[in-house]
Amino acid sequence: MTQTALSPEQHVDYLNDGYGWKSWLFTLDHKRIAMLYLVSVSFFFALGGLFAGLVRLELLTPQGDLFGPDIYNRLFTMHGVIMVFFFLIPAIPAVLGNFLIPLMVGAKDLAFPRINLLSWYIYVVGGLFTLGAMIAGGVDTGWTFYTPFSTNYSNSYVVATGLGVFITGFSSILTGFNFIVTIHRMRVPGLGWFKLPLFVWAHYATSLVMILGTPVIAVTVLLLALERGFGLAIFDPTRGGDPVLFQHLFWFYSHPAVYIMVLPAMGVISELIAAFSRKSIFGYKFVAFASLGIAVVGFVVWGHHMFVSGQSAYASVVFSFLSMFVAVPSAIKIFNWSATLYKGSVAYETPMLYALGFIGLFTIGGLTGVMLATLGIDVHVHDTYFVVAHFHYVMVGGTIMGYMGGLHYWWPKMTGRLYPQFWSRLSAMIVFVGFNLTFFPQFIMGYMGMPRRYHEYPPEFQVLHVMSTAGATILGVGYLLPTIYFIMSLRKPVHAGNNPWNAVGMEWQTTSPPPTHNFVSTPVVTEAYAYAEGGQGVH
Amino acid sequence: MFESIRLAPESASTLSGQVDAIYYVSVLISLVFTVIIFFLVVFLSVKYRRRHADQVGVPIHGNNMLEIGWSVLPFIIMLFLFAWGTKVFFSLCRPPAQSTEYYCVGKQWMWKFQHPDGHREINELHVPTGHPIKITMTSEDVIHSLYFPSFRTKCDVLPGRYTSLWFQPTKPGEYHIFCAEYCGTQHSGMVGRVIVQTPREYELWLAGGKTSTMTPVARGEELFTALACVTCHRQDTAVRGPGLAGLFGKRVQLANGGTVLADETYIRESILSPNTKVVAGFQPLMPTFQGQVAEDDLMSLIAYIKTIQPAAGAVPAGAAALRRAGFTTDGTP
Repeated sequence: MTQTALSPEQHVDYLNDGYGWKSWLFTLDHKRIAMLYLVSVSFFFALGGLFAGLVRLELLTPQGDLFGPDIYNRLFTMHGVIMVFFFLIPAIPAVLGNFLIPLMVGAKDLAFPRINLLSWYIYVVGGLFTLGAMIAGGVDTGWTFYTPFSTNYSNSYVVATGLGVFITGFSSILTGFNFIVTIHRMRVPGLGWFKLPLFVWAHYATSLVMILGTPVIAVTVLLLALERGFGLAIFDPTRGGDPVLFQHLFWFYSHPAVYIMVLPAMGVISELIAAFSRKSIFGYKFVAFASLGIAVVGFVVWGHHMFVSGQSAYASVVFSFLSMFVAVPSAIKIFNWSATLYKGSVAYETPMLYALGFIGLFTIGGLTGVMLATLGIDVHVHDTYFVVAHFHYVMVGGTIMGYMGGLHYWWPKMTGRLYPQFWSRLSAMIVFVGFNLTFFPQFIMGYMGMPRRYHEYPPEFQVLHVMSTAGATILGVGYLLPTIYFIMSLRKPVHAGNNPWNAVGMEWQTTSPPPTHNFVSTPVVTEAYAYAEGGQGVH
Repeated sequence: MFESIRLAPESASTLSGQVDAIYYVSVLISLVFTVIIFFLVVFLSVKYRRRHADQVGVPIHGNNMLEIGWSVLPFIIMLFLFAWGTKVFFSLCRPPAQSTEYYCVGKQWMWKFQHPDGHREINELHVPTGHPIKITMTSEDVIHSLYFPSFRTKCDVLPGRYTSLWFQPTKPGEYHIFCAEYCGTQHSGMVGRVIVQTPREYELWLAGGKTSTMTPVARGEELFTALACVTCHRQDTAVRGPGLAGLFGKRVQLANGGTVLADETYIRESILSPNTKVVAGFQPLMPTFQGQVAEDDLMSLIAYIKTIQPAAGAVPAGAAALRRAGFTTDGTP
């Protein structure tokens, strides 16, 4: 971590290669587009977090005292819509994936730089639609938009919000398409599939889900809009439609979307564990194929969201079995990451703290997922806080831990700057403690019977809700600190050095921040994680 | 305050113990795996911490036997949970043949229950111990979900079709009824209680509710509250539905520009098919009561509406009447 300040005649990098808003808004450089995404997803993360905070504040007391029910319902809906569609789905692929995949395969850029920029504009337009709907009065259907409430009963801006989701979906499809082509066609000569970092494998699997799954949510939201706007009776039971059909269509995308959110985080974790153990990932091929396995099997488990929806009991049995089956590749990853630490050279840098935290929290998220897939348990805890706790362990404990870990790991690469070690380690620990205090009590209140999406609740749940709100406050501090020290680090001159972690991997072979075309000379191809082989990163 | 923290709600049905058993076993299994992983991560990362700056890890690339082991072992444990969970699930969704059938209609934002003898309740359900009870349910509007935490069961309540759940209460007491599927503004107000009684207490309770013989107007007044007509057709405000005071025999201005005489035929049509002739200045919000109000009750309702006069005399029925009140429904939406 030496602060070797580079000389003033330093290289031209992608950040100082052009100034002014045009050089950013019309850039075709995947690294600059990644930074555009970073700014936009951070904005939505802050907004979604603000809504979460207000929801938690209201739930401090059993009575509805801070907001009326209509406001409360809009708050949790906007929290869900923004976090899922505008933060969790794009965050890691569009920021870290966009920045790193070309570097990791030794390419100058993604296969289609213009499509990459287009995807950001589509994302922004979709986001503005949803923001517009929010400013106009919001939406109160829950992020799941269940019919016939959303089509015939809600008096909120369902169609505008849905259009925002519809539009943003195209940005996701284009990103996935760009990644797949890049990974297939633009690897530097000699870089075989099994030499690729697991981050790339995870993004490849994610891209498949993006391309195959996202059109389904587009169709679903379109049908919803047609029904609400023009009375097309697809879902309306009073005119021969079927409201449960909506749930099938919605979850056919939205369950695989969970893997769009978590697979890239798993890719990040593989990189972090390898870099901070200075060791190859244990069972590389198993971890790589586990990503593909999750992506494929993940498409046939959607019915576990519908065990009590009136779906056939026999269908539920099949979905229960498949849902447990998809837990196996996740378990494989957890075990392999843990085994990687064995005889490693483990350093407790901030990214590693996030990675170790991820293993713990994702383990709990996964195991409670198996409990929910168990039919006899799900009937009782379905639509309670048990489910809320479970998916926050996966989404926040998994995806956001991975995202934060990745951001801390590659921040010196992306910006050329370091952040303060003390504060960043502290914030990682604050996040871990705050997270558990927020969401662990929700498992207990869920089994106690506390239904989700309740504005008011019986008084016996209050103690647990107070704990949860206290935890959310701590969690908020944990996210605020990185925001501050990341921004402050940008005020300093470039000082991180090219490879502050002494990590291997092609992204560390170039300068930090990388030059516009990524590599000055052709990068050296090695096995992934070639630490013991005297990998090029170790000096 | 902290004594209110428990790990599970009251266990008050024949199946709640079975659900708890599989839950606790799976919690135990999860705990074992969590402890193993936490221990591995903490132990290994301490034992193999970096001791000097240039240290690299020992090149270990994997072990196929370990991979097979930690894939197959969790899967076998999951198969065990799957089989057990499925067995409990089929017990939960297959009511015994001798079950007594109750009915439930969900609507924004109330639960309407009907006992086999025709007795009706709103947001409260009295049931006896010792006998399986099957509830057949439908919704008048959006999807709801009838949830009895103490019986460890729930099922979505859908418009336009029937679903059912069953339980056999074992322990007298009062327990929560929740709506578990988000259904709009007052979702968290769509709650109630199930009152489990001994069979003898239940018989007494049923007998107590059936003592009075009512005039059609009194019966209609009760229905007017029980059917929640009163929430929209209130005396003091005419926000959601037109006021009914002094309506009978008058000409009504319609939204489509025409007028209609408010006679028995029109009132009946407005109850069963409210969107056919909407009063000017109002939205067609009222749900249909087609098939939900029996003919005799319909006549009682009309009889009561005829008597509503401005100001005094038309105060909605009180809470006591509400509890006793019936409303007729055969469940068809």
